[in-house]
Amino acid sequence: MAEGLFDLVLAGLLLMLAGGALYGRSLYTSILLFVTFGLVLALVWARLGAVDLALAEAAIGAGLTGALLFAALARQGRAPEGEFDLACRRRGLAAAAVLLPVLWLMLSSLAPLAERDSPLPELALAALPHSGVEHPVTAVLLNYRAWDTLLELAVLLLALLGARQLGSGRLDTARPWPQLRAWNAHLAPLLVLVGGFLLWRGSSAPGGAFQAGALLAAGVVSLRLAHLLPPLRWSFWPLRLLVLLGLALFLAVAAAGAWLGQGWLSYPAGWAKPLILAIEVAATLSIAASLSLLVVGERREPAP
Amino acid sequence: MTEWLLDGLSWLPLAGGLLFFAAGSIGLLRFPDVYSRLHALTKADTLGFGLVAAGLACRAGSLWEVAQLLLIWLLVLASGATACQLLARQAREEEGDG
Repeated sequence: MAEGLFDLVLAGLLLMLAGGALYGRSLYTSILLFVTFGLVLALVWARLGAVDLALAEAAIGAGLTGALLFAALARQGRAPEGEFDLACRRRGLAAAAVLLPVLWLMLSSLAPLAERDSPLPELALAALPHSGVEHPVTAVLLNYRAWDTLLELAVLLLALLGARQLGSGRLDTARPWPQLRAWNAHLAPLLVLVGGFLLWRGSSAPGGAFQAGALLAAGVVSLRLAHLLPPLRWSFWPLRLLVLLGLALFLAVAAAGAWLGQGWLSYPAGWAKPLILAIEVAATLSIAASLSLLVVGERREPAP
Repeated sequence: MTEWLLDGLSWLPLAGGLLFFAAGSIGLLRFPDVYSRLHALTKADTLGFGLVAAGLACRAGSLWEVAQLLLIWLLVLASGATACQLLARQAREEEGDG
C-alpha cells in the first residue's frame, strides 16, 4: 500500500516535471526542471530494479546533460524570444513527420514485450559463464551486443565533432568564489574515486564505462569551473588522442577478431575478460574526455 | 530488546526530520524574498535530512550502513551549504545590476 502510493507520487511528479520542463517560463527554469526530471526518473528506474539505468540516468541524463544545457544557455547569450514562436508550428510538423514513422517502426519491435515472459533474460544468464564478466548487463553491453556499444561510442564522437563545428569558441565563466573553489577542490577527487569504483564494479555489479566516464567528466568540469584547471583546448593533441582511444581500441579488437579469430566482435575463448576490461577502461577515458570537452571545451579565437 | 528500543527511538528523529522538511517547504513557498527562502530551504536540507539520516541509522543493519548514511549526510551538508551560498550571491549580484 505505502509502496504503491510512493510509486504513484513518483509517476505523477515525473509527468508534472516533464510538463514543466517543456512549457517553463524561461529556458533557465526549463533546464532546472529537466535536471529535476532526470533525478526523479533515476529514482523510478531504481524502483523498477534497473540500477544500471538509474546510475546512467542520474550521472548522464540529469547531471551532464544539465551541465551541457546550462553551458549552451550561457554561450547563447540573449536570444530574441519572438523568433521561436514563429517557427513553432513548423517545428511541430517537422517533429511529427520524423517521430510518427519512427514510432510506427518501433511499435512492431516492441510487440514481444506484450507477452510478459521474454526468453531473453534466461538466454543472457545462461551464456553468462562464457561472457567473461559476472554482471548480465555488462555482458549484454560488451559481449552479446558489443556492436551496439561500439556504435554508441561512434555516435558520441560524431556528436562531439558536430558540437565543435557549431559551438562558439569561448565559455565565459565568472571568477569563482572562494567557497566554490574550496568545495570543488574536495569534491573532484571524490568523483574520480567513485568513477573508478563504478568502472571496476561494472564487471560484477551495476556500473560501467558510461557512468564512470560521466562521473570523471563531472570532476573535470567542476575543477574547470573553479578555475583549478587550465582551459581545455580542442586543439590539445593528447586530449584528442584520449577522445579517440575508446573507439580506436574497440575497433582494433573487433577487426583483429574478424581477421584472426572467429569473427567481428567475437572474443577468443579465455580472453573475454581482459579484453572487455581494456575496452571498458579506454571507453571510460574517452567518454570522460568527450563529455568534458562538450561542456567546457574551448577553442582559441582566430586572430582577426 | 535493543532492537525494539532502537526501533522505537528511531521514530523521534524521523518525525523531527519530517517536521523540518514540512516547515522548510512551507517557508520556501510562503517567504517573501530569495534570502529567507534559502534560509528555510537549507534548514530542511541540513537539519531535516540529518535527522532523517539519524533515524534511519538507528534501523540500519550494520555499522557499514551507518557510515554510508553519515557520508551521504556530510556530502549533502557541504554541497547544500555551497549551493545556498552561490544562489544567494547570484541574487545579490542581480539586485546590484537592476
